[in-house]
Amino acid sequence: MDRLPFLGLPPYASIQERAWRLFFFVFCGLVLLFLISPILIVIPISFNNSSFLSFPRGDWSLRWYEEFFLNERWTTAVKNSIIIAFFSTILATTLGTLAALGLSRPNFPGRAVVMAVLISPMVVPVVITAAALYFFYANPLIFPEEPTVILNNTYAGVILAHTLLATPFVVITVTATLTGFDQSMIRAGASLGAPPVTVFRKIMLPLISPGVISGALFAFVTSWDEVVVVLFVGSTEQRTLPRQMFSGIREMISPTITAAATVLITVAVLLLITVELLRRRSERLRGLR
Amino acid sequence: MAVAETLPSLTIDGVPLKVKLARAERSRKLKAVGLVLPLFAFVVLTFLYPIVVLAQKSILNEETIGRLTRTNEALANWDGVSVPDEAAFAALAVDLKQAQERREASEIAKRINSEFSGAMSRFKSVTRKVADMESGPYKEVFLSSDEIWSDPALWRVIRSVSNTYTPYYWLTAVDLRQGAEGLERAPAGEAIFLDVYARTFWIAGVVTVLTLILGFPVAYLLATQPAHRANILMIFVMLPFWTSLLVRTTAWFVLLRSEGPLNDLAEMIVNNRFEMIFTRFGTIVAMTHIQLPFTLLPIYSVMKTIPPSHVRAARSLGAGPFHAFWKVYFPQTVPGIAAGCLLTFILCLGYYITPALVGGPRDQMVSYYVAYYMNNVINFGQAAALGMMLLIITMVLYWAYNRLVGIDKMKLG
Repeated sequence: MDRLPFLGLPPYASIQERAWRLFFFVFCGLVLLFLISPILIVIPISFNNSSFLSFPRGDWSLRWYEEFFLNERWTTAVKNSIIIAFFSTILATTLGTLAALGLSRPNFPGRAVVMAVLISPMVVPVVITAAALYFFYANPLIFPEEPTVILNNTYAGVILAHTLLATPFVVITVTATLTGFDQSMIRAGASLGAPPVTVFRKIMLPLISPGVISGALFAFVTSWDEVVVVLFVGSTEQRTLPRQMFSGIREMISPTITAAATVLITVAVLLLITVELLRRRSERLRGLR
Repeated sequence: MAVAETLPSLTIDGVPLKVKLARAERSRKLKAVGLVLPLFAFVVLTFLYPIVVLAQKSILNEETIGRLTRTNEALANWDGVSVPDEAAFAALAVDLKQAQERREASEIAKRINSEFSGAMSRFKSVTRKVADMESGPYKEVFLSSDEIWSDPALWRVIRSVSNTYTPYYWLTAVDLRQGAEGLERAPAGEAIFLDVYARTFWIAGVVTVLTLILGFPVAYLLATQPAHRANILMIFVMLPFWTSLLVRTTAWFVLLRSEGPLNDLAEMIVNNRFEMIFTRFGTIVAMTHIQLPFTLLPIYSVMKTIPPSHVRAARSLGAGPFHAFWKVYFPQTVPGIAAGCLLTFILCLGYYITPALVGGPRDQMVSYYVAYYMNNVINFGQAAALGMMLLIITMVLYWAYNRLVGIDKMKLG
């Protein structure tokens, strides 16, 4: 009996080793439970009919979803989130992909410094970025004394801020896809007579597209999740979904926030699946697998 | 033979090859720079420049700039301990009159009040008095208005505030202030910020250690299990990673409440309810949950690169299982541990939303106070100084991270 393999251990493993192994598996199981259970627990609570945040005891209901999908506060928030995330994703993906293409050329001058600057919006505490942007948006044209353009409390301001916060993710993912990119493929294409645009479209783009798309997803999530910048530079008109949840928890606790959370978890699952499929495709294309 | 060596090799159109190569190289470099330039310009203009502006706010006397110039000149030669002479009173009176006309007097009074509490009402009443006067002497009017005007401490504040730049916000951020004889510690009731910084570091440190203790074994499990099983377990790590921060904070808010599921469970088991929401405990648990993937994933990706043959070799050479793990496997994971922990620590320093929603008043971190001074108190100078201190600390750690890991080697997902 004790000669049989135990939890993946070889048959010669000692008793202590087996005890450790068991402890290790139990510990890991508990940590994984800790990671996933808070997210899963919210889901049943959102279907509770009572206005208390507790598990439904037989009285299931969709009333909080009704509230979420019909109340104007929430629908406006969802609409705002989609608009802002859409435009910042497009801007961030374009700017970030171009920069990553430039940075991955061999012997880029001052690569380390430029990279550190481009990544810095991700590292600086977002409250500082938000405070700095608040003053900048109050008078974005540096030279005139009296501000003629004010970006505070505008969609453009929030979109630009989210673009700024999202570009580092695009730069990182696209650069990662480009490492190990065989530059001789470009030369091969060029030597066979393809103009640079064709080389980019037919050789570069298919290879980097998984990186670009997953960068875009990161950019989308960054904007979709962001609340501090919206708190600082946005007004109630730009109220996004996370902003609405923030005040939902702070001011009037209604189970609608759990319905909102469940909807957002569904979005996260879809994103996770997409990213995983993209990763596999990228590995296959680059011949890593 | 000798001629061929001295002549440069020419391309088909007669230009030396070296020149042509250099030209091609330069145009390639220009193209690369041209691709990076739009984003670089965007980041410099809408991020680095605003941060410089913010830094300037932390040392600028913005409320009084250009509004107390006469007073500043009159106080230039004042000794700082006696009651100033008539010239200083007259200069202040003229400055206040001008400020009153331009409706700036209350801003000046508010600014001085922030350094000398109780000055606000005295300033308002004396401003009203001197506004009706055509000429001096002003000193008696001031002194008869309130005895506070013979206090050199107030005049020191007035002198300091009348300068363009002030160290006040930075000193306050480290619980210091300017006294009669140089710097002194702020009184106990006002000295809160060193405590806030210590608390921020403490929470960030505890969360980092907890994520390491919880994350390391799981990373090992994921890295050593066969791919099909590891991929399924990975969902447990990646789903929280992709779920909105607000959703995870909401989840913890719901869980930790005194009528929440965790307390229901506690009541069933130990017949007792615990206070978990709005406590340090709740804050740390929620932050650990949110940061765990950030610590775990870099460790995991380093572990994936360690060949299992190393430990097998150590075992076959006679090392015990723990010895082999500790001496052969663990040292190779250190770069991943450093990367993950540093990343989590840096991100923890800037936390705002989670402590604000699940923490109590004594659990708020530096970011909360930056937001508080920006949006509630409207004291931009103090918000800027607190933010800049946090920024400097973060940048030092970012630099260390860059040296240690290389920012371009950062992996996501």
